[in-house]
Amino acid sequence: MNRTGLLNKLWEFQNKFGYVSENAIAQIAQKLSVSKIEIEGVVSFYHFFHRQPTGKYIIYLNNSIISEFKGFQQIKAAFEKETGCTFGSYDENPLFSLFETSCIGLSDQEPAALINFFPFTNLTPEKVKTIIQQLKNGNSLRFISSNPTSKIQYLPADDKTIFFRKYEMGIALKKLKNHTPDEILNLISAANLEGRGGAFFPTAKKWKSSKESSTSKKYIICNADEGEPGTFKDKSLLNNLSGLVIEGMIVAAYISGATTGFIYLRAEYMYLLEKIENTLHEFQENNLLGNDILGIPKFNFSIQIQVGAGAYICGEESALIESLEGKRGEARIKKYYPTEFGYFGCSTIVNNVETFAMAARIIELGTHFISTIGTKESKGTKVLSISGDVAKPGIYEIEWGMTMKEILHLCQATSPHFVQISGPSGICINNTEFDRKICKEDLICAGSIMVFNNFRSITKILENYTTFFKEESCGVCTPCRAGNQILHEKIKKIKKGICTAQDLEEIKEWGKIIKLTSRCGLGQFSANTLVMALDKFEGYFNQKIIKTNENLNVEFDMEAAVYNYDSLIKDTQAP
Amino acid sequence: MKTSSFKIDGRICTAETGLNLIEAAKQNGVFIPTLCHFKHLDPLGTCRVCTVKLNGRDVAGCTVRVADGMEIEVNTPELLDTRKAIIEMMFVEGNHFCPSCEKSGDCQMQNLGYETGIKYTRFPHLFIDRITDARPERIVVNQNRCIKCRRCIEEVKTFDGYNIFYSINKGNKTMVSVDYEQEAKLSELQAAHAMQICPTGAILVKGKSFSKPFGDRKFDIVTEEKSMSLNPVKKHRTNIKKKIVATTSLAGCFGCHMSMLDVDLGILDLFEVVEFNKSPITDIKNFSKHCDIGLIEGGCCNTHNIEVLREFRKNCDILVSVGECAIWGGLPAMRNTFPLEACLKESYLDSMTSEENETIIPNHEDIPKILNNVYANHEIVKIDHHIPGCPPDANHIWNVVKNILFQEEYSIAYPKYKYD
Repeated sequence: MNRTGLLNKLWEFQNKFGYVSENAIAQIAQKLSVSKIEIEGVVSFYHFFHRQPTGKYIIYLNNSIISEFKGFQQIKAAFEKETGCTFGSYDENPLFSLFETSCIGLSDQEPAALINFFPFTNLTPEKVKTIIQQLKNGNSLRFISSNPTSKIQYLPADDKTIFFRKYEMGIALKKLKNHTPDEILNLISAANLEGRGGAFFPTAKKWKSSKESSTSKKYIICNADEGEPGTFKDKSLLNNLSGLVIEGMIVAAYISGATTGFIYLRAEYMYLLEKIENTLHEFQENNLLGNDILGIPKFNFSIQIQVGAGAYICGEESALIESLEGKRGEARIKKYYPTEFGYFGCSTIVNNVETFAMAARIIELGTHFISTIGTKESKGTKVLSISGDVAKPGIYEIEWGMTMKEILHLCQATSPHFVQISGPSGICINNTEFDRKICKEDLICAGSIMVFNNFRSITKILENYTTFFKEESCGVCTPCRAGNQILHEKIKKIKKGICTAQDLEEIKEWGKIIKLTSRCGLGQFSANTLVMALDKFEGYFNQKIIKTNENLNVEFDMEAAVYNYDSLIKDTQAP
Repeated sequence: MKTSSFKIDGRICTAETGLNLIEAAKQNGVFIPTLCHFKHLDPLGTCRVCTVKLNGRDVAGCTVRVADGMEIEVNTPELLDTRKAIIEMMFVEGNHFCPSCEKSGDCQMQNLGYETGIKYTRFPHLFIDRITDARPERIVVNQNRCIKCRRCIEEVKTFDGYNIFYSINKGNKTMVSVDYEQEAKLSELQAAHAMQICPTGAILVKGKSFSKPFGDRKFDIVTEEKSMSLNPVKKHRTNIKKKIVATTSLAGCFGCHMSMLDVDLGILDLFEVVEFNKSPITDIKNFSKHCDIGLIEGGCCNTHNIEVLREFRKNCDILVSVGECAIWGGLPAMRNTFPLEACLKESYLDSMTSEENETIIPNHEDIPKILNNVYANHEIVKIDHHIPGCPPDANHIWNVVKNILFQEEYSIAYPKYKYD
């Protein structure tokens, strides 16, 4: 066993025994010749690994903001009532263990939970009751679980649809035969493809850099760790068009000369594993993966799937590489691009699922076709996952340049008020900005749109985000780890109603410090929405703040401060 | 050896190409503070204290290798404040009770606090309950003080290359933990090295942490100014109207008041320019007139403290928090990591001296109510100035007061800056 196999080994223990025991850690540490604490460090980093025994069924209930607004608390209570267990505790129930988890990519079907990684969607207390009863009766999870497929709600006209059009295996790859890697790279470059994971880095530049790198081995990694709350567009691509994604990876390999590829699939999408494995198998049988692919001599490329284990930060490319290497998924310092120093120091291309799919379509359809669609800066279409207070949540493939208004109309949003673009680490917009266009020139979007109507509490939204970042920070650097805890204290103040104008100013200042000093994107963007919301929803916050006595200048909640004492005295008073 | 020429704050500097910026700056006489960087370690980039601007972009200085033409900003007002803020974040995230810390005076983080001029933290203290792990063979790991810089993880290994320290958990629960089995293999020298490279008092060697007495430690710089005197009051000032001072001790130990009296005969000079109103020094219980300045010792642990503090705010033009307890809670705030219930039960119901089956926690309408936490004064009312120290030096306190009252020039000497 070597270090790269660590995550899989831990999964073996987790699946077999329900937890990773002290004994298991000692065994693994001995095999890898490292100290036990190092293995424990890895185990404790990923929240799907447990250090204490769990029940036969581990239930992960999503606590994202979408879920919260769709009845999370009720469902949580229902699960606790039906199973007799408490969320987040190891109470030695042989059948059930309950945990909260961050977004599981089912925002269009919330509240949703994973039970042993089988999806259960649109939960209601009655449904929970039935599910638990069925599990107690020994019904198979496979039969009672829900279909996690997201509805594709909108496609552009036929001649403008790029992703969700007809697909046959090899549709893009057959073009490779007659072109040199340079010619293919030029196609990608001419189409102006940019990374669809959210950073919008020019794909051709990245691939070229890897092509020119002289490391002995090269790798292609498909980042399928779609953890940004409210995003499920990659899931729909993997579910409907896994072949297309794989073709994109093969195209990248053809250009860079990589021989090994990885699909880093988040554990929340475990139910897609079989499907993707089957596709890979088909590709192998058709000589589209393996040796001398398409009969092109020495074009060898194979793909493995690595299942993650629950860590949002692993969506960050350098953290993902660390995780693939069998370590804690911590972002590396920004010294090199992965194409210079990636997986085990080798040149590595890391791209999002959608980027690979798009690359394959570019090869298939040609740059001329793509160039007629979209705006000047953003060519083609974009896959969006829309959720929240809309009548038609689901997947939307839109032409770049569509206005927010049109999108809100399409998804039948009801009195939209606060719209979150690209998830919590993205930006929020208010209703004066609905004329903005989704494209690079105006409002760039990584793939998630969450719509909240004006009955939703903005404080609640922001608190949910901050809690998320507080828990999902990798914990390496001070500003992200400590900063988000500190910001959470401020939000508590807003909630308590003792927030002053100065508190709001401080949130902005502190948010800026976190942004400037954090080590990776997670920290840099963690306070973004919070700071932005203060300006964009000024009216809302002005109502929240209280004017203090000029002399005191600080608000203090005396009642809350003596509450503990009062109740303790009441409880301990002699009868 | 190739050298590079680059600019730091507009000044042209030269150093070996590829050298770590922290070292390169040092060679050119520019000090960039850092807590995780350690000479030969690969840049860790964890503490972020060394944040500088490189060609206009914020980066951790320790991760930069110098090259020709780099434009680096280090000491701009914005960066100085950013760095200060990050150290403040460390102070509030952990539980750093300098007066009770074995490493005080040898602590790099404390020293950086002095260097960057932190008088109080702008952030709220989090007071999270953390463990002190004394199970290892040779060392004690105090999680209250760990800033997760990872020096120990990278630097301290057994002879056969095994890690002794490693990060566990993630997010706000991240901590650096010890492998007991490997730790037992540490030599005495290695253990001492671990304690030495730890920038705070998180790693201590059993039986060694007090080998150097307080006062003689690395950052306890002793200069001629050791016995600093009370600045003379300018003569022309003596004819002006006396300023009125009030003082009080809230949740403190009266140590700061004792320190104020340590000014000895200087108090006679002081009486030339000030008059005391409500204060334990004069035993005047109630304000009889409006005061110019109020000196507050101690934080707020009960309702009475809050009433007194608010009364002071009402009756004084300027309020000064004197000492650690007043500034952020200090030692009394050690209880903040535990629920109030646990504290009171421990003191009144389950203590060694409490009666068997005792059920009553003292309470009466005349006794102030205990607050759920000990609060810093600036969380209750607006505080105008902070004088850190436990306690601050007598002359220092009065010099600051006179400076505030009469706008006299007074620059704080380094040795006067103390959290312990």
